[in-house]
Amino acid sequence: MTPLDTKRPLQLNDQGQLRHFLSLDGLRRELLTEILDTADSFLEVGARAVKKVPLLRGKTVCNVFFENSTRTRTTFELAAQRLSADVITLNVSTSSASKGETLLDTLRNLEAMAADMFVVRHGDSGAAHFIAEHVCPQVAIINGGDGRHAHPTQGMLDMLTIRRHKGSFENLSVAIVGDILHSRVARSNMLALKTLGCQDIRVIAPKTLLPIGIEQYGVKVYTDMTEGLKDVDVVIMLRLQRERMTGGLLPSEGEFYRLFGLTTARLAGAKPDCIVMHPGPINRGVEIESAVADGPHSVILNQVTYGIAIRMAVLSMAMSGQTAQRQFEQENAQ
Amino acid sequence: MSLPNPADLISQMATRLKTHLAQRDISEPRYIGIRTGGVWVAQALLEELGSDAPLGTLDVSFYRDDFSQNGLHPQVRPSALPFEIEGQHLVLIDDVLMSGRTIRAAMNELFDYGRPASVTLVCLLDLDAAELPIRPNVVGATLSLAAHERVKLSGPELNLELQDLAL
Repeated sequence: MTPLDTKRPLQLNDQGQLRHFLSLDGLRRELLTEILDTADSFLEVGARAVKKVPLLRGKTVCNVFFENSTRTRTTFELAAQRLSADVITLNVSTSSASKGETLLDTLRNLEAMAADMFVVRHGDSGAAHFIAEHVCPQVAIINGGDGRHAHPTQGMLDMLTIRRHKGSFENLSVAIVGDILHSRVARSNMLALKTLGCQDIRVIAPKTLLPIGIEQYGVKVYTDMTEGLKDVDVVIMLRLQRERMTGGLLPSEGEFYRLFGLTTARLAGAKPDCIVMHPGPINRGVEIESAVADGPHSVILNQVTYGIAIRMAVLSMAMSGQTAQRQFEQENAQ
Repeated sequence: MSLPNPADLISQMATRLKTHLAQRDISEPRYIGIRTGGVWVAQALLEELGSDAPLGTLDVSFYRDDFSQNGLHPQVRPSALPFEIEGQHLVLIDDVLMSGRTIRAAMNELFDYGRPASVTLVCLLDLDAAELPIRPNVVGATLSLAAHERVKLSGPELNLELQDLAL
């Protein structure tokens, strides 16, 4: 460990480039913009007949999913394949973890497979950070969602969606609606919007689904849907995470839908050209009406396409940052 | 060492390119400039030719062979080819030909769009330092530089400048 390590965030190398991608916390606006610009270029690649570039040829990307996922896992797989990397996916939730292996033991075994990059999803907040601290130094760790903490690639694909539909962030009103308490997507989105210069970030939720200290993100809190949606440009709906709810946080799903569901009537209070986003999977009739999810304002399926481009950008930038770091260390050693 | 005047070179290149294409019966080539310098050269060349053909632009960052040494270029931009590649005669334009690695990357990228009928390589300057068997079909001038010297093109109005890395 060099002394520099204490002075810079874990996910950056000595030149300030990405080497892991763990959280949007502490990342500068220029870096987020670079991720969006790079993803724009990968979107163009995705529109070609041959959707593959040779950037990560000979590298091995290992998706390690301690928690179920379809969209995130498959789009990470596609992203790595389109960069010409070799990809393996391990669903640890159904393998060794259930046989009592510790996280570190699993990690050592994966290292022995000489992977260059791990994409990690875990139910515990901070798991990706923990792995990045303990993994051997040349391996890049990408957070594919950790507990309630962060889902940075989802945050960035949401930012790409907004930028491609709305141009810039400064003059937008953005509402994030629903189960904020359990949502790592909400946290990543609030951080990204703030960093990218959005002035009007609103969260709309019942008090039981709002985390304590939400105001520190620089957002306006609404408990009334009609009030909160007034004249917004972007609505980000969240999934009601029933699997993470331990206590009686809601009277019933029907009650939640009646008060916080996104319906055509409610959406009429937003700007006429507003866009509706959702990280998926959507619960029709629980947080969003089918007519809205499939309607003209919905960009939910575009988000999936943009997700591949964002993941290609993050994978290649982190690999690039790892390479630069090794060169830097070699030059310093000489 | 004195550098040639880019405007004179463009005029000579236009003449040579016309001859080259005529000898091969190519009447409607597709022009592609390699970002960034190659796009400026291509624009000047099309103007000299009096052509209003659409210009494709190529950013080869995703195809470079030095990714594992140098990483990703931070200012990568999307490539934009406003025409089909399949079966077309292409004129690929760059500013300075040195090792030939950029051209290799560009050809790899082009072949991911389709199978062109032919590729003609046009360069403003050839520095006679090829590391690969790649030679331009049409060139403005060939220069031999010392190991510590580089030429830099700025645009879009095309100015050449000699840089000394030893200084």
